[in-house]
Amino acid sequence: MIEAHHLTKTFKDKKRGVITAVDDVSFTCRPGQIYGLLGANGAGKTTTLRLLATLLKPSGGHATVAGYDVEREPEKVRAQVGFLAASTALYGRLTAREMITYFGRLNGMTDAAITARIRHLATELDMAEFLDRRCDKFSTGMKQKTSIARTLVHDPAVMIFDEPTLGLDVMTARAIVSFVRECRNRGKTVIYSTHIMSEVAKLCDTVGIIHGGRLVAEGTLPELRTRFGEQDMEEVFVKAVGGEAALAAALKN
Amino acid sequence: MNLHNIFTVYLKELKDTLRDRRSLMSMIIIPTFVMPALTFGVGKIAAGVVSKAREETPAVMIVGGDDSPGVAAALRQDKKLKVVPTAADWKQQISDKKVRAAVLIPAGFEAGLKAGAADPVVIYNYDGELKSGFAVSELEKFFRDLRDQTVTARLAERALPATLVKPFDLRRENVAAPEKVGGNLLGGIVPYLIIILCFTGAMYPAMDLTAGEKERGTMETLLCSPVARVDLVLGKFLMVLTGSLSAMLLSLTSMGLSAMAAGMMFGGGGGAKLAAAAMQAKAAGTAMPMIDPVGLLGVVGMVLPVAVLFSAVIFTVALFAKSYKEAQSYVAPMVFLIIMPAVVGMLPGIDLNARLALVPILNLSLVCKEMLSGIWHWNYIVLIFGSSCVYAAVALTLAVKMFNREDVIFRA
Ligand SMILES: Nc1ncnc2c1ncn2[C@@H]1O[C@H](COP(=O)(O)OP(=O)(O)O)[C@@H](O)[C@H]1O
Ligand SMILES: [Mg+2]
Repeated sequence: MIEAHHLTKTFKDKKRGVITAVDDVSFTCRPGQIYGLLGANGAGKTTTLRLLATLLKPSGGHATVAGYDVEREPEKVRAQVGFLAASTALYGRLTAREMITYFGRLNGMTDAAITARIRHLATELDMAEFLDRRCDKFSTGMKQKTSIARTLVHDPAVMIFDEPTLGLDVMTARAIVSFVRECRNRGKTVIYSTHIMSEVAKLCDTVGIIHGGRLVAEGTLPELRTRFGEQDMEEVFVKAVGGEAALAAALKN
Repeated sequence: MNLHNIFTVYLKELKDTLRDRRSLMSMIIIPTFVMPALTFGVGKIAAGVVSKAREETPAVMIVGGDDSPGVAAALRQDKKLKVVPTAADWKQQISDKKVRAAVLIPAGFEAGLKAGAADPVVIYNYDGELKSGFAVSELEKFFRDLRDQTVTARLAERALPATLVKPFDLRRENVAAPEKVGGNLLGGIVPYLIIILCFTGAMYPAMDLTAGEKERGTMETLLCSPVARVDLVLGKFLMVLTGSLSAMLLSLTSMGLSAMAAGMMFGGGGGAKLAAAAMQAKAAGTAMPMIDPVGLLGVVGMVLPVAVLFSAVIFTVALFAKSYKEAQSYVAPMVFLIIMPAVVGMLPGIDLNARLALVPILNLSLVCKEMLSGIWHWNYIVLIFGSSCVYAAVALTLAVKMFNREDVIFRA
C-alpha cells in the first residue's frame, strides 16, 4: 500500500531558480494493483518515485509506504521497497551473484537465505548461464534481469518502477512488462511510471496523469476514456494536460 | 550506526576496488615498486654525481707569486690539484666553471715568511658549487700544512718542543648511533614521502567510490537499500582509508627491504664500495639499518589521524563531483596544497613550536623529523596527535553530512 498526501518537492536550481518538481500530489496504490504514473519528460515522475523510495525528502505533504512514514522511518520503508529505474545501475566489477548477494546482505538477510533466494530467482529469470560473470560484460537484457533479481532479493511488498523499459529493445521491454504483471499477480503493490501510452493501456489498473508536477487526472482506463470522451490513450493524455500547446510549452523547459 | 552493515559495505568496496586497475595502481603497484625505484634511482644519480666530482682533479690558477717560486712549484706538484696557466680573466673563468678556484699569493710572500710574517693568501672560489668546494679544501689543506711546517722548523731552530704551540690535540668522535645520524639526514624526506603516499593512496578509491558511482549510476542503487546513510559513508570511508594506509605501509616496507638488499649487495666489497653504498642509501633516504625502527613506528602512529583526515577530505570533495573527471579536477590541485607544508617541514632550521604544532601536515612533517632523529618531545607529540584527531573527526563528520545532503548526491 502506498498513500501520498499533498506531496510536494521543490529544488533550488542555480539557473532556473526554485523548481516545483512535484506539486501537491495525492494518490493511493493498493496491493495487487498497478498504479501507472503517466507524464512527459520533466513532468515529475522520477521525483515522485524518489520521494516514495525515500531517496529524497518531501518539502511538503507526507506519504506512507507499507505502513511506514517516508520521513520518519525511511530505512523501514526501503526494506519494504524494490526500486527499479533506468538510473539504477549494476556494479560492473561484481558478478551478478555478488551483486544480488550484496543487496541481500544490505537487507539483513542471512547467507543461507540469500543462497536459496538466488537459486530461486536465477531459475525464474533464467539467469543460470551468466550468474557468475561480471556485470560490465552483460547485454542489456542480462543487466535488466540482474537488476530485477536485485530488487526482488528481499521479496519486497512494494515495487516501484521508474520507466524501466527506457532504452531497451522490444524483447527485453516485453519481458519487463510481463514481470511487472507477475508482481501484481503475487499481490504486491506496484507503481509504474512511463511516458509510453501503450504500456499504460496494457498494464495499469489505475492511471495518474502528471504534468508540471501536478496530478492533473486520475482514474481507471475506462473512467478516463469516458471523462475525456476519447478512446485513444494518447488523445486522453493530451486533453488531460490541457492541449498540445500546454504540452509543447512544458517540454521546452 | 550498525557495525555489521558498515563491514558489509566495506567488504564489498574492498572487493570492488581490488578489481579496479586505477585504484590498484595508486594503492599497491606504485607504492610497492615505483616509489622505491624512484627514490633509489634519484639516490644513485646523486651518489654518482658526487663521486664523479671527487674523482676529478680540480683545476686551479695561481695569481701572483712570481717572487715565490718555491710555493708555486710545491702547488704544481700537489697531485690533488691541477694548476693551469694563469689567465687575465681568472675571475670570469671561475664563474664559468672553467677553473674551480684561484689562489692569490701576495708579492714577497716567501721573503716575508723568512723574515717573520707575510701578507695573507687569498683563495677565490664559487660559493655553493660542489667542485669549487673540493678545490678550496685542497688549497686550504696545502697552506695549513705549509704553515705547520714553518712553525715546526722555527721551533726546531730555537730547540723548543713542538708542544709549545700545540699543548694538546683536539679530536672529534661521533657517539650518535648510525640510525640517529640517518634520522637527521632522512628525517625530512621520509615524512614527506609518507604524506604524499597517504594522499595518493586515498585519492583513486575516494573518487571511484563517490563520483565514480554517481557517474555509473550505482549510487542510486545503493541508496535504495535499507542501510542507513551513515553506515554507507563509514563503510566507504574505511575503504578509502585502507587505500591510504596500504600505500604508505607498502612503500615503507618495500623501500626498507630494498635498502637492506642493497646494503647486503654492497656490504661485501672494499671500503670504497661500502662508502658508495652508504652514500647511495643516504641520498635515497630509505636505508633501513640507518633509520631508528622505533622512530619509524612513531611516525606511522602519527600519520594515522592524518590519513583519516586526508581520506575524509578527499571523500567529501569527490562526493560533490558528478563524474570521475570532475572529481579529478577538484582533487588533483589538492596535491599541491599538501606538498607545500610537507616541503616546508623538510627544510633544515624550521623547528617545532606550539603554534606550528597546530598546523596540519606541517606539524606532522616536523614531528616526524624529530622522532626519526631520536628526539621525543612528548608534549608536542600529544598536542599534534590530539589536534590531528580533532581535524580528522571534523572532516569525517563533514563527509557524513555531505552524504546526507540530497543536493550533493542528486546534483542536477
Ligand atoms: N536534483 C535536482 N535538482 C534540480 N532540479 C531537478 C532535480 N531533479 C529533477 N529536477 C527537475 O524537476 C523536474 C522534474 O524532473 P523529473 O522528476 O526527473 O521528471 P520526469 O522523471 O517526469 O522526467 C524537472 O524540471 C527537472 O529538471
Ligand atoms: Mg524520469
